[in-house]
Amino acid sequence: MGEMIQARGLVKRYGEVEALSGLDLTVPQGTVLGLLGPNGAGKTTAVRILTTLLKPDDGQAEVAGVDVLADPNGVRRRIGLSGQYAAVDEYLTGFENLQMVGRLYGMSARRAGARARELLERFGLTDAADRPSKTYSGGMRRRLDLAGALVAEPPVLVLDEPTTGLDPRSRQQMWDVIRDLVGSGATLLLTTQYLEEADLLADNIVVIDQGRAIAEGTADELKSQTGGERIELVVADGARTDDAARLLGEIAAGDVIRRDRGLSAAVSGDGAGQLRVLLDRLAEADIALLDIGLRRPTLDDVFLELTGHVAEAGDSQTDDATEEVSR
Amino acid sequence: MSPLRVATDGWVVAKRNLIKIKRVPEIMVFVLMSPIMFVLLFAYVFGGAIDAGPGLDYKEFLIGGIFAQTVVFGATYSGAALAEDMQKGFIDRFRSLPMSRSAVLVGRTTSDVVYNVVSLAVMAITGLFVGWRAHGSILETAAAFALLLVFAYAISWVMAFIGLIVPSVDVINNASFLVIMPLTFVSNAFVPLESFPSGLRHVVEWNPVSAITQGVRELFGNVPDGMHVPEVWSMQHPVLYTLLWIVLILLVFVPLSVRQYQRTTGK
Ligand SMILES: Nc1ncnc2c1ncn2[C@@H]1O[C@H](COP(=O)(O)OP(=O)(O)O)[C@@H](O)[C@H]1O
Ligand SMILES: [Mg+2]
Repeated sequence: MGEMIQARGLVKRYGEVEALSGLDLTVPQGTVLGLLGPNGAGKTTAVRILTTLLKPDDGQAEVAGVDVLADPNGVRRRIGLSGQYAAVDEYLTGFENLQMVGRLYGMSARRAGARARELLERFGLTDAADRPSKTYSGGMRRRLDLAGALVAEPPVLVLDEPTTGLDPRSRQQMWDVIRDLVGSGATLLLTTQYLEEADLLADNIVVIDQGRAIAEGTADELKSQTGGERIELVVADGARTDDAARLLGEIAAGDVIRRDRGLSAAVSGDGAGQLRVLLDRLAEADIALLDIGLRRPTLDDVFLELTGHVAEAGDSQTDDATEEVSR
Repeated sequence: MSPLRVATDGWVVAKRNLIKIKRVPEIMVFVLMSPIMFVLLFAYVFGGAIDAGPGLDYKEFLIGGIFAQTVVFGATYSGAALAEDMQKGFIDRFRSLPMSRSAVLVGRTTSDVVYNVVSLAVMAITGLFVGWRAHGSILETAAAFALLLVFAYAISWVMAFIGLIVPSVDVINNASFLVIMPLTFVSNAFVPLESFPSGLRHVVEWNPVSAITQGVRELFGNVPDGMHVPEVWSMQHPVLYTLLWIVLILLVFVPLSVRQYQRTTGK
């Protein structure tokens, strides 16, 4: 079997809002797809459709070869879901939470208990196993929730923003756990708002905004779409930002992206030479800087260019970018 | 999905609900406090002011009404607990599992039976303290408690449905208050039927809460010979009429709630 998740033309409307407007997704067996998008992009809606929690208004989806609409229980037997908000019962202990999930997958009490202990051990929760999960930290709860998704060793895992709201240390732990899973050959759909996370964990990335995919590819492919090096600078005096943006625009190869007093733009050809020219012109215009540098493109640049959310460019620019990268 | 699977999944969910009582004993304290307070309030504060009829002790009259009202109010808990599970996203976890579709609701309503058993026991004891007695046979007394429990079970399904359609826990408390207050006060639970104005009296006569109250009073032997029972079918056959309501409510609200459950996602 090639594709473990296949969705075509998913549409979901909430009144006036179109949460998904024709989303296609494909996740081959044993790979990780990162569904990357800002808040409200439609990530959770897509996850809910694929995990049978929500019926799409249009489109179809198959998970592990089973149609989500025709045989939802068949899909449920083959997936593990860790939703956006940790679904652990705070009055139950970690052990009781996992044992309950095992029982509801149809395991005997004994087998569910053994599996629960095993997972608690694997996720570093053995010491807290018999404490109500109310006493757990955010990171521990999240790990317990993920453990819940793994109880029945499903062939497909769906994780909705597994690290949102975690402190850096817990996030790092979570990443380790997920990388472990990936190493063991699981097929995984992971949503995230963090480019770093998608870059780190995903084989393929689909960038989604306002319910549609606006770009698709490996992290490297996406990076190459924004072109070459970028100049980034921060103006000391906010009042001079416009002037600096104009000077940067004169040498830039693409649009100038602006965030408060920070500016960035792609440059073509000899980056260092361009940087020297810009420095001279800024000095001439008497514009003081807090910082300036030349940077290889990151996924952040791709993201901004595609979604236009941080850039102050108009909609037309966003649309152009969309057309360029989506097939 | 086999009935056996519904039962085992339902039991797993019910057990989860009952663990919560163990971990948050305050819940039980509240479950118990309000019926005790009601019995005492009505027996001693209103007891003198309300005339239940010639030769009738108001406390005897009252207990059936208090029992009925308390189990109806208790059902709100089903709705609130489901609304909370939805708000916290827990329903999503359940719904993503290959479990029986009705198990969460079966488990919820079943664990509420446990609450009701405890609260009925506490009320009966409080009642005995203030001078109430069951004068019927043991069988009749047991039947009265059974009728209350089954009626409460049916109302739990109504509240479960409401719990699934409201957007938050706060709303359910207000919503159920709006339904339950009129239902229990526009009944013969606290005041005799005759005291209602004639238009409203028809509503009271056919109100299921009146029927269960009347039925329980009869089974407890708390209806003295002198008390006037209206010549309407519902009041002449209160137990049968209550059972009809129970069947009707379950026939409507079990499928309705299960369907709603399948459409629900966490907020
Ligand atoms: N139950 C709902 N009712 C109305 N609108 C909703 C509902 N769920 C999501 N939406 C809307 O759909 C869009 C996509 O939401 P969502 O899938 O949660 O995005 P994400 O998970 O990427 O943040 C948003 O505009 C959101 O407001
Ligand atoms: Mg989301």
